[in-house]
Amino acid sequence: MNTPTISALRPLCLALALFTAGAVHADDFEAKLAIRDHKFDPAELTVPAGTKVKLLIENQDATPEEFESHELNREKVVVGKGTITVFVGPLEAGRYPFFGDFHQETAQGVLIVK
Amino acid sequence: MLGTGLLVFREVLEAALIVSIVCAATRGVPARGRWVGGGIAAGVVGALLVAFFADALAQAVSGIGQELFNASVLLAAVVMIAWHAIWMASHGKELATQMKAVGGAVQSGKRPLSALLIVVAIAVLREGSEVVLFLYGQAASGAGAMAIAGGIALGIVGGVAVGFLLYFGLLGIPMRYFFSATNWLMLLLAAGLASQAAGFLIQADVLPAFGNRIWDSSALLSNGSMLGKTLHTLVGYDATPAGMQLVFYAITACAIAIGMRVWGHPHSAAPKPSLASQGR
Repeated sequence: MNTPTISALRPLCLALALFTAGAVHADDFEAKLAIRDHKFDPAELTVPAGTKVKLLIENQDATPEEFESHELNREKVVVGKGTITVFVGPLEAGRYPFFGDFHQETAQGVLIVK
Repeated sequence: MLGTGLLVFREVLEAALIVSIVCAATRGVPARGRWVGGGIAAGVVGALLVAFFADALAQAVSGIGQELFNASVLLAAVVMIAWHAIWMASHGKELATQMKAVGGAVQSGKRPLSALLIVVAIAVLREGSEVVLFLYGQAASGAGAMAIAGGIALGIVGGVAVGFLLYFGLLGIPMRYFFSATNWLMLLLAAGLASQAAGFLIQADVLPAFGNRIWDSSALLSNGSMLGKTLHTLVGYDATPAGMQLVFYAITACAIAIGMRVWGHPHSAAPKPSLASQGR
């Protein structure tokens, strides 16, 4: 019933698709992080400022963990022996703490953006 | 046991807050206990399924299955809330009048309670799947059955208790404003869920962020604080929102508000109670 609405939405969808494609093909900085014995390795990870960062997080433990950061606004479950990808940034220089939600006593780390 | 209880509490609380708002919004609907209970049960089954297939979900769609799944169920909840809120806007006035007349018992056949069942189920599913994964990890790393069971009990009792507090607090709103108040709460809830969905799509790099941190109010109220988390669940508070999250929030809030306004009037032809009869 809403033909005008749909045709009005079409350019919006197209724009969104272009943006999305652009976002995926950007030059991302890749950084690796491991979870072992419910701790992050390295516990301090340095990445460049002003660049989108692709975090590859490998859980070497057999139990699940949830990578979470209030400062980065991120949360993602990583199953035992699994690897996840989390995109962050581009960020301003600073310290951005993150933690493992399921083992907060030990699983603490900081993303240092320089 | 305390550590386990605390995590279970945090997750249960998030779901309980949403269920409380739904319960308040369905005040006076006779069968609503069954609908809400059904939603919780469906959510628990869903949580077990999601936890069981967590590995497959994580690897789906080249590693962004988890984000796409979260964003999809969040947006589904947004649509359900919008549908219900707009329906209520067009019928709420009659409902309030009738409730005053018959002392709270109103039968309403057409009301989209199935929409709210889905909202409850999704809330329980999202938080519940994290609880299941966490507990699985605890059990696998040798935590005692007693410690786990005690933690679950503590967490559920605590979370549900806070949910009840919110529910009874909401019941204190005068009947005259009650349904418009719960409707606005539902609107803010939906906008917050939409913003969370945008967050997941940014995390997966499916949507651009349009600015990673439009502002930083962490010093005033951090995302990690109890109040910050509670407001995050209820109205979508975020100390460091991305631009795209604000866009999703604004579009959802405006769309529902406009929907309530456009469809909210034709049905208000019910006889208006006089001011005298409204006073308490």
